[in-house]
Amino acid sequence: MTDAPAPPLLTIRALRASYGKIAALKGVDLDVRAGEIVALIGANGAGKSTLMMTVFGRPRARDGRIAFDGRDITHLPTHLVARLRIAQAPEGRRIFPRMTVAENLKMGADATEASAADHAVDLERVLGLFPRLKERLTQRGGTLSGGEQQMLAIGRALMMRPRLLMLDEPSLGLAPLITRQIFDAIRTLNRRDGLTVLIVEQNANQALRLAHRGYVMVNGEITLSGEGRELLQRPEIRAAYLEGGRQRA
Amino acid sequence: MAHPSSDTHSAAPPHGFAFILRRALISAAIALVLFALMIGVRTEAGPTGVLIYWTRFGDLAALVGAVFVGSIIVELIRTFLGPVEIARRVPDGLRNGLSALRRFAVPALLVFAVLIPVIFYQQRYILDLSILVLTYVMLGWGLNIVVGLAGLLDLGYVAFYAVGAYSYALLSTTFGLSFWICLPLAGILAAFWGMMLGFPVLRLKGDYLAIVTLAFGEIIRIVLLNWQSLTGGPNGISGIPRPTAFGIPLTAGPDGLAARLGIPFSPTHRIVFLFYLILALALLTNWATIRLRRLPIGRAWEALREDEVACRALGINTVVTKLTAFALGAMFGGFAGAFFATRQGFISPESFSFQESALVLAIVVLGGMGSQLGVALAAVAMIGGFELFRGFDQYRMLVFGVAMVLLMIWRPRGLIGHRAPSVYLARRDAIAADLVKEGHG
Ligand SMILES: Nc1ncnc2c1ncn2[C@@H]1O[C@H](COP(=O)(O)OP(=O)(O)OP(=O)(O)O)[C@@H](O)[C@H]1O
Ligand SMILES: [Mg+2]
Repeated sequence: MTDAPAPPLLTIRALRASYGKIAALKGVDLDVRAGEIVALIGANGAGKSTLMMTVFGRPRARDGRIAFDGRDITHLPTHLVARLRIAQAPEGRRIFPRMTVAENLKMGADATEASAADHAVDLERVLGLFPRLKERLTQRGGTLSGGEQQMLAIGRALMMRPRLLMLDEPSLGLAPLITRQIFDAIRTLNRRDGLTVLIVEQNANQALRLAHRGYVMVNGEITLSGEGRELLQRPEIRAAYLEGGRQRA
Repeated sequence: MAHPSSDTHSAAPPHGFAFILRRALISAAIALVLFALMIGVRTEAGPTGVLIYWTRFGDLAALVGAVFVGSIIVELIRTFLGPVEIARRVPDGLRNGLSALRRFAVPALLVFAVLIPVIFYQQRYILDLSILVLTYVMLGWGLNIVVGLAGLLDLGYVAFYAVGAYSYALLSTTFGLSFWICLPLAGILAAFWGMMLGFPVLRLKGDYLAIVTLAFGEIIRIVLLNWQSLTGGPNGISGIPRPTAFGIPLTAGPDGLAARLGIPFSPTHRIVFLFYLILALALLTNWATIRLRRLPIGRAWEALREDEVACRALGINTVVTKLTAFALGAMFGGFAGAFFATRQGFISPESFSFQESALVLAIVVLGGMGSQLGVALAAVAMIGGFELFRGFDQYRMLVFGVAMVLLMIWRPRGLIGHRAPSVYLARRDAIAADLVKEGHG
């Protein structure tokens, strides 16, 4: 799959970012090609979430370059990055707790220029992927269970009709069954609609099985990259991420 | 939670006459409770300052009757217009007293508001008080856009009220422009000042925002006080033209409205006109808010209140969103200010002290931060309550302090803490929500 010469959608080159004096990204290179699922794995505090957020301009890139679809977006304000239809389900989910599920989803739809009829179609699709949300459309976001909130965060991102979907630890705090459902949903979206996905995960085993390619981040630097299943076989990965008790999903 | 509230069409599916009768009875009962003290007992400070009171059960009965008949009419109209809302399949047990109140209070209050000048035509005091209450209802609804929806704590709202009032006063006394031309201008000028305030405070939140807006309100007042040549300083501006009924003056002269209609002149005409004017302005504010809430900009305000970072990641320009909230809230404040100026005929910086901002903010918070009906009820309770206790001048602040503390203990999220959803769903989807009651947070 990765041999196909897909054009690069997201290109990150020599990216540096820091919080005050603490350097969080120390020259990261990463590519996501159109139609690909890319997994980014690494220990706590490695800088994975920071990388995602830097694409959105927060924290700002100190150095290096981020390009999306050939366009330099390194210094673009957050809302304009989002309007290129780069959607994220960020760390901590960040749904709107006082608004209903339907309103939360609508917030994603508002970001697009699609018509009301298209919104309805998108909504049906998202609800098809996450039937649990369908039962709870008028419930407040804040009263959803953790897993349902995660589905809502992903659903809201999908309502933006993303060209690139970035997911930060979608499996966090979820039961294995729900995790599998979410991963299946991502796979379906990728195969059926050609959705491009960058997924940050602690759950290396499942993420690398899902992804076409993977990157391993250690202390703000990419130390390894390659095809997903190939990475899974690497002894250093097995030692660091799979056989240390985190193996089971 | 799909309880209809002030800002939804709270139509039930069409029912038989028995159903309509029952609803009308409930409305009338609520009106009775609501107005028993407000209308039934009239208090006034006697000549020596002691409180004297007398009962007016006749008026009360007339009012309750009007609400009863009014709600039958409203229900009939609804039945003929057909259902416009999602079906409600909620067990009866869940409909507690409050949600019932919410459903029936809106038509009852609206009918009552429209009928006030008819019922109280002879009672100038009630008419004046109603105009005052409606002014605060309008201010509350205007500030609600900023505080209740967008979540921007603004302690200087009175500044825009002042800008509106002075705009009308100056434009009409210097250039002789009519009220109807000045009204939009006053709104635009206030909106402009709303943006001016908005820019420097874009990055501020919570306490910091409150302090800066408070300072802004004071600055405007102090400028008005000191810019003698323009504003007349502490002496204010007097001789502000009274409003005309679209060009026809409401005076005793031969070309006054009364003479043209061939009815005897009465100074009450002007009061009644002012009453309907502020009622219309307030309802305009309410209508605009309800409409905006259903548009992306309204959703963006509410989302902004909850999570600014998430908003940006959804492509919302938070700068524009905040500025529109400030500008729109200020615009309605400016309308109210222009109305205030034309009603009083005289304005001075004294009328625009911090106390006014605090009062309007209290109305919004007490009403439930975002609930249109709650804000209206809170304005009635606060302003009406102030009047009720006018006799005990030294104690009324104390009484109000205690009342507010008790209320905040009893209903920590305001009179109507429930938030009406702004996105509606097709019939079949709208079931689960009502079953999920949320506790006080
Ligand atoms: N707002 C912040 N201010 C200061 N330091 C921060 C901030 N956010 C993150 N950091 C630091 O930057 C480093 C990278 O954090 P980041 O959140 O990107 O890690 P991560 O790889 O996503 O970890 P995890 O798997 O635990 O989510 C950490 O050392 C963290 O302490
Ligand atoms: Mg993280």
